[in-house]
Amino acid sequence: MNFDLTEDQSLLQSAVREFAENVVRPRAAVIDQSGEFPKDLFHQAGQLGLAGVSVPVEHGGSGMDVVAYSIVIEEISRVCANLGVILSVNNSLVCDPIEKFGNADQKTRFLEPLAKGEKLGCFALTEPNAGSDAANQQTRAVSEGGHWKISGQKVFITCGSDADVCVLFAMTSPEKKSRGISAFLVDAASPGFDRSRHQVKLGVNASGTVEIFLTDVLVPAENMLGNEGDGFKIAMSTLDGGRIGIAAQAVGIATEAMEAAVRYAKARRAFGKAIAEFQVIRFYLADMATDVDAARLLTRRAAAVKDMTKKNGGRYGLEAAEAKLFAAEMAQRVTTKALQIHGGYGYTKEYPVERNFRDARITEIYEGTSEIHRLIIAREIFRDAGLAIG
Amino acid sequence: MNFDLTEDQKRIRDVVAEFAATEIAPGVAERERKEEFPRAVIDSLAGLGILGMMVPEEYGGSAADALSYILVIEELARVCASVAVIVSVTNSVFCFPVWKYGSDEQKKTILSEVASGKSLGAYALTEPQSGSDAANQKTRAIRDGNGYVLNGSKAWITNAGEAGWYLVMAMTDPAAGTRGITGFLVSAADEGLRIGPPEDKMGLRSSKTASIYLEDLRLSESRRLGAEGDGFRIAMTTLDHSRIGIAAQGVGIARACYDASTEYAKTRETFGRKLAEHEIIAFQIADMKVQIDAARLLTYRAALLSEKPGVRFSKEASMAKVFATEAANTIAARAVQIFGGYGYSREYPVERFYRDARVTTIYEGTSEIQRIVISKNVLAEA
Repeated sequence: MNFDLTEDQSLLQSAVREFAENVVRPRAAVIDQSGEFPKDLFHQAGQLGLAGVSVPVEHGGSGMDVVAYSIVIEEISRVCANLGVILSVNNSLVCDPIEKFGNADQKTRFLEPLAKGEKLGCFALTEPNAGSDAANQQTRAVSEGGHWKISGQKVFITCGSDADVCVLFAMTSPEKKSRGISAFLVDAASPGFDRSRHQVKLGVNASGTVEIFLTDVLVPAENMLGNEGDGFKIAMSTLDGGRIGIAAQAVGIATEAMEAAVRYAKARRAFGKAIAEFQVIRFYLADMATDVDAARLLTRRAAAVKDMTKKNGGRYGLEAAEAKLFAAEMAQRVTTKALQIHGGYGYTKEYPVERNFRDARITEIYEGTSEIHRLIIAREIFRDAGLAIG
Repeated sequence: MNFDLTEDQKRIRDVVAEFAATEIAPGVAERERKEEFPRAVIDSLAGLGILGMMVPEEYGGSAADALSYILVIEELARVCASVAVIVSVTNSVFCFPVWKYGSDEQKKTILSEVASGKSLGAYALTEPQSGSDAANQKTRAIRDGNGYVLNGSKAWITNAGEAGWYLVMAMTDPAAGTRGITGFLVSAADEGLRIGPPEDKMGLRSSKTASIYLEDLRLSESRRLGAEGDGFRIAMTTLDHSRIGIAAQGVGIARACYDASTEYAKTRETFGRKLAEHEIIAFQIADMKVQIDAARLLTYRAALLSEKPGVRFSKEASMAKVFATEAANTIAARAVQIFGGYGYSREYPVERFYRDARVTTIYEGTSEIQRIVISKNVLAEA
């Protein structure tokens, strides 16, 4: 057992931190308010190799491990949770399934530009009536002369406003339920692929969240990802990895808020002394620091276990669910306390903890709610008991 | 980054887990009820080399790494928290400081005796009026010719009356405050050492806890640990290490609660379904698992750091201790609730786990002390 970063991981961390502080930070508060999708920042991150961190070099990625990827998302999210989730989606939800389930041709045509950050991807699974209950897909794909004709509606699609490529899920055999779902690689410029304006949200307000309307979109047969009926398996396996990204995002947001609270507590005076001298404030800080460290360890463990499964097979869904659940709930606790320590100033946009607090909120909801994660963990615990959990 | 145990670590963990299941578990409920010190168990553990695990072999120890030691405490605590604390005290707060600060002669004689398990060790810092505020020592050691005369009393001493050796902190120079505290090695055979009656405790009932009284107890200079005035530094360094052991004890108790709850939830039926098939119970057990894993990672991290030369790990040790012991309490309370009325009865062991968990946020530094340590470090780093 060894919890130290490798030299490569440390170097990557420094490089990403420098990019985040110098290039991303000046934009973070601005895009939070304007809602402008930071596509230029995505492309710049891509040039640094951050769009496909663990994609092999021959497919346009950086060829690093999943621990390195979690470090990237944490560092970027510290400064800007919007770019954090954009990169997490492109890495985990788009590049990952193409690398794992795509054929050679798909890797050349789709994966390479996505992993280089030349193109942006989105992941379209959720529908108005299929969120946590993802098997209940209403979007239909019908085979028609070498093409699939797809119609339906997707909601809450991060990066959807600006995506060039969409990993899209649709029912090919409704009677087979979850085994009738298939995955497609869809060019977002296809006729019939329409997007709403970006949805204004409580936080991560510049992540290009839109609804997607599909009206007889024609997708070439060779753009099916995996086999017909593999869609649900691909979606679930992909979300396991996505959850590591969101856990890292939560750790990044919380770290930023905690560090701001420490600085503020040392500088702000009340009743004749720095508020960091009050025991209650110190105890808040102690709990925040412990909480952040525990979440980071769970997140890196999940990433390390995923790395192991790439070599040796096996599963990492349990570790990913534990990390995501703990880190997301930790981020609520830590940003709440950070805001409280800032008092009235914490409630204003003058200090970034207000944004951290809003951004943290989504981490408990997307890519599997906390409730879904408890369900996943409980099912794993009682796996061999033959019980109906949930 | 690598979260796997080595083959050696797995082996020692498995040996101790097996021993705990076959040799400790059968008698534990009765020993706890009768407040019977587990002497035979401790003697067998001595045979396995568990009482001076990290001490070099030349001084009777097993030369194991810190993580192996932590894994052992965790496995012992999962079955019997009393055995875990007896072993933890001997290893962490007796063998460790004597190994690190003792003279060659002290190591060859006293340390060898304790690390090999011929005698148990105990640690006497706390006084009736000086617990968390450890600097406020009243016990005096006054120079007398080539030695010292000790007078005072120490409270809440684990292994009191069972130990062969005590590491006793005493004031040699009260005017110097914390820099006037010195450590001494006191033998159970020394004249002037009196052991008080055992405390009647909520939990850990088969471990022995009592006050000890030092009454004109004469020691030669060779019994002084380190230099005069080093005592407080030795005490604090020792506590950094021992807190990781108590964190592991918390993890072990929490695992016991989790395992019991999981089994019970599979078999107990209410409203026509197994308990685990009620979503809220399944979710509570999921939370236990996440808390345990987080506590474990914090504890293992602290153990790994504690072995790195020149690295300070007070913050990480305190994080592990406060998180793991508070998780143990939360999880134990949850386990009692899952068992319902049976959880409140001695028929099932969760009642014992609940009582045993309670002390872990108190001894070797309360949760409040841990938060003081953590926040001091966090503010200093910024």
